[in-house]
Amino acid sequence: MSPALHSWRHAAIQTLPVMFGYLPLGAAFGVLYMQLGLPWWGAPLMSLFIYAGAGQFLAVTLLANHAGLVEVAVASFMLNSRHLFYGLSLLKRFRGAGWRKPYMIFSLTDETYSLLTSQARQQDLGVATHRLAARIGALNQLWWVLGTLLGTLAGATLNIDGRGLDFALTALFIVLTLEQAARLRQALPFLIALTTGLGAILLLPERHLLLGAIGAASLLLLVHYRLHRQPQEART
Amino acid sequence: MSDLELLAFIGVCTLATFLTRVLPFVALSRQADHPLILHLGRYLPPAVMAILVIYALRHLAPWSAGQLNVSPQGVPLILASLAVVFLHLWRRNALLSIVGGTGLYMVLIQLVWP
Repeated sequence: MSPALHSWRHAAIQTLPVMFGYLPLGAAFGVLYMQLGLPWWGAPLMSLFIYAGAGQFLAVTLLANHAGLVEVAVASFMLNSRHLFYGLSLLKRFRGAGWRKPYMIFSLTDETYSLLTSQARQQDLGVATHRLAARIGALNQLWWVLGTLLGTLAGATLNIDGRGLDFALTALFIVLTLEQAARLRQALPFLIALTTGLGAILLLPERHLLLGAIGAASLLLLVHYRLHRQPQEART
Repeated sequence: MSDLELLAFIGVCTLATFLTRVLPFVALSRQADHPLILHLGRYLPPAVMAILVIYALRHLAPWSAGQLNVSPQGVPLILASLAVVFLHLWRRNALLSIVGGTGLYMVLIQLVWP
């Protein structure tokens, strides 16, 4: 096997759990979109350019309600604003990624972010790391677009009973949490997640859950930083 | 809705979504080595991962009933999640844990509690 093919294969294996989640979810989006009675190409186009799971389901709702463009912009921005915090923790990781960087940023979904922050050591910033990260992003989007096409073209006539396949994403998040815990060996971020996650479920409406929980977690980490900051003046 | 209106709609969604992803890189590109950014880079990913787990399990029956893909008792979700945890602590093979847990979940919701 050629080295190039080998490294694509390496990336593909890492994205397999995302594939199990994105194919059925993308198909569900395609089916939902087709019920609007709009031209079929809108669905794959959205998966190519918007590329946001929850965001595209929201878009279907907005299309169905004939929302105005300003409302569409604000709603999309609000729903996806949790991504603001993802970039914060990847600034260093993506530095020096060159021509791949814009695509790496564009393809930063929940699942891509999860895979990227779990796979490599943060110090490991060579070109190989960036290439792998870009390929993981591209393969994840490929699964999403393929799923969308399946749902759009086959519509509700899909014969396979795929109910429950999307649990793969839940399983992926569980596995990645265990891996993060094994690596970090500190309770702090998990206690913060438990507090803000359960708090958000109790207090916030469904569409603001993720943003609320992740925003609150970032805020608590900021407070923790202010309280426990090591004196930086020593090392100028 | 005309084709042009649909294209405009998709364009606006695309820009708004990309903006949320690119803003930190544009606004804070010079701050990548700031201790606060390093602090967030260390602790935010595990916190987000755990929040995504809690989010994915939010339809568990005790909290909200009658949601998509969940039996009234939420038992399949609990069993399959436990299976993922046990498989992963046992073999530490990500693919095995995910395929095993998802397979169990599909069997439970399609055959045991249809």
